[in-house]
Amino acid sequence: MNIHEYQGKAMLREFGVPVLEGQHCTSVEQALAAYDNLNSKVVAVKSQIHAGGRGKGTLYHPQTREEVMQGGVKIAFSRDEVETYSTNILGNVLVTIQTGDEGKVVKNLYVESGCDIAHEYYLALLVDRDNKSVLIMASTEGGMDIEHVAEHTPEKIHKVIIDVNAGLLGFQKRDLCLALGLSGMSLRSFGKSLTAMYEMFVSQDCAMVEINPLVKSKSDEIIALDAKISFDENAEFRHKNWDQLRDLSEEEDVEIRAKETGLSYVKLDGNIGCLVNGAGLAMATMDVIKLYGGEPANFLDVGGGADEEQVKTAFSMIMEDPNVKGILVNIFGGIMRCDIIARGVIAATEALSLEVPLVVRLAGTNVEQGKKILAASDLNIHPANDLAEGAQKIVSLIGGDE
Amino acid sequence: MAIWIEEDAKVLVQGITGKQGHFHAGKMVEYGTNIVGGCTPGKGGQTVELEGKEFPVWDSMTEAITVTDADATVIYVPPPFAAEVIMEAAEAFDSVKGEGVVICITEGIPTLDMVKAVAYVNNRPGVRLIGPNCPGIITPGEKGGAKIGIMPGHIHAKGRIGIVSKSGTLTYEAVAQTMSIDEGQSTCIGIGGDPVNGTGFIECLAAFENDPQTAAIVMIGEIGGNAEQEAAAFAAENVSKPIVGFVAGATAPPGKRMGHAGAIISGGKGTAEEKFEAFKQAGIACANDPSEIGSVLLQALKDAGLR
Repeated sequence: MNIHEYQGKAMLREFGVPVLEGQHCTSVEQALAAYDNLNSKVVAVKSQIHAGGRGKGTLYHPQTREEVMQGGVKIAFSRDEVETYSTNILGNVLVTIQTGDEGKVVKNLYVESGCDIAHEYYLALLVDRDNKSVLIMASTEGGMDIEHVAEHTPEKIHKVIIDVNAGLLGFQKRDLCLALGLSGMSLRSFGKSLTAMYEMFVSQDCAMVEINPLVKSKSDEIIALDAKISFDENAEFRHKNWDQLRDLSEEEDVEIRAKETGLSYVKLDGNIGCLVNGAGLAMATMDVIKLYGGEPANFLDVGGGADEEQVKTAFSMIMEDPNVKGILVNIFGGIMRCDIIARGVIAATEALSLEVPLVVRLAGTNVEQGKKILAASDLNIHPANDLAEGAQKIVSLIGGDE
Repeated sequence: MAIWIEEDAKVLVQGITGKQGHFHAGKMVEYGTNIVGGCTPGKGGQTVELEGKEFPVWDSMTEAITVTDADATVIYVPPPFAAEVIMEAAEAFDSVKGEGVVICITEGIPTLDMVKAVAYVNNRPGVRLIGPNCPGIITPGEKGGAKIGIMPGHIHAKGRIGIVSKSGTLTYEAVAQTMSIDEGQSTCIGIGGDPVNGTGFIECLAAFENDPQTAAIVMIGEIGGNAEQEAAAFAAENVSKPIVGFVAGATAPPGKRMGHAGAIISGGKGTAEEKFEAFKQAGIACANDPSEIGSVLLQALKDAGLR
């Protein structure tokens, strides 16, 4: 789960990491009031969306798609500029390298004081899968795309692996400071911020905290100039405050509803809907559809114990997508019985008066009963014996890959 | 032989009085797994009925292992408590007999809880953790066998193919594929789809390589991380037995979590393409589609003079 920069900075501030004064705004009036309040000669006017690359993005009009402005993060030197920039940002669509061509409508703005920057650093905390621990990653090359740094100058990325049972140790902080060339007052300031960030990471169940750039000011203070924070959704049960931090407008409506009913759904751009049990098999089903010339419309895992009702909900979610021209059901029954799935499929097809072609592949527990139930119905359901056959059938039924 | 779990392994069930634990414990007994009891704090001294037989329940794992001399335990405990339950099992096996296998089925454990639990288990070198968020491990026998987890037992048969996978249903798919060419399985392991887990691909490959019953291996990965690439590099140097590989998620969009918490392409890393390429580099025979695993395996067995 991702949160906005302004929310991330409030959290950093709470844990004692220095951030600049700033205000969250949802209108041009609020942005101007923020400018008046901040009393800073220079302010940054920053689009708030859950995607990176905002500074280098482009804003478009939501209907006409005409270009409005280059850059979703602007430095304003006057009240007039704040007005121009916030007008150009709010309500328009920001397209960045991470949003895809559709872009995202900007509904939130952050107006922040300026500061005198001496140097920009990169800092991230994340769970490292290889070491099965928390990893701190830092670089002197702040403000740049870290993937680019990793590819071209990997020696400029410094890593500290934390033993969670020992915590972040003093020498680890000092080593990192030395590697980054920090000394004196900035060394102490960096060390304090690092401790605070690690505390935040662990206590808030973060999945990733990325500060790019983390800056050293001309007065030798370490300040978080950006904040990209995401949480581990598995830990939601112990963080009641996440409900307030969640921006539902940043998530696909149908994906939220799927989660609420215990299904896992991700919308894609193709036209063949998929209904599968198990995440791995659901991915493999998409892959095989593509292999035989089709395009999957979604990822949908109904889980290991879906009942008739969930199957019905899953079908209705697939059919909400107007691009769907056919559906492939692929079930390997383990705990889930094929006869129950077959009944669910029939009930759903009837209830939704499904008109698009439907291919059903069943395997595993009670497969023969399941197949009989499908065969006995007079609905237009095409059976398949394995995944490849199922994919080929649905692709040919919807008329190939045109 | 088989790996880690013998056909007659003595197995405890943690969370045996819960709905999930009770249901699956019954299925395991039905399959023939040697269940010796369970553990639910606060319910020690009670018994649980499975398939018409009564099984004892203990308050603590130390007690349960001391009395039953169990070889393994399987965990069906909700996510908020699962990591601690893993640690309890690890400590009990370590202190009572110095070894044991802990299999955690639970899905949705917070990642930082698992970071702690894995570090804790790794401090007890005789203890092996499988999972979490996995179907478990099964060693089919001539009659029955040891099914420890949630997989459908009836699709398996004893044989010489070792299977290791991140995904549950894709493991079943691989099992069915081996059966379609008249091959059974030595041991099938689901290592789970979480970013931080216990046993990984490499340990499974090494164990299969050393297991006289296993003649060939099927390895199934998915997008996210680089465990598959490391396993491929390990296999190239250390595994002489034929391996068939598949990776799920070639069509997954970057940055989206595909069901499993670990199945996410981040920063352009961990793609299926990258993993397939690593497999090919290592001489692993790749199936483009899970329905091809059988035929690719058959060819690999023939090439190795095993069919």
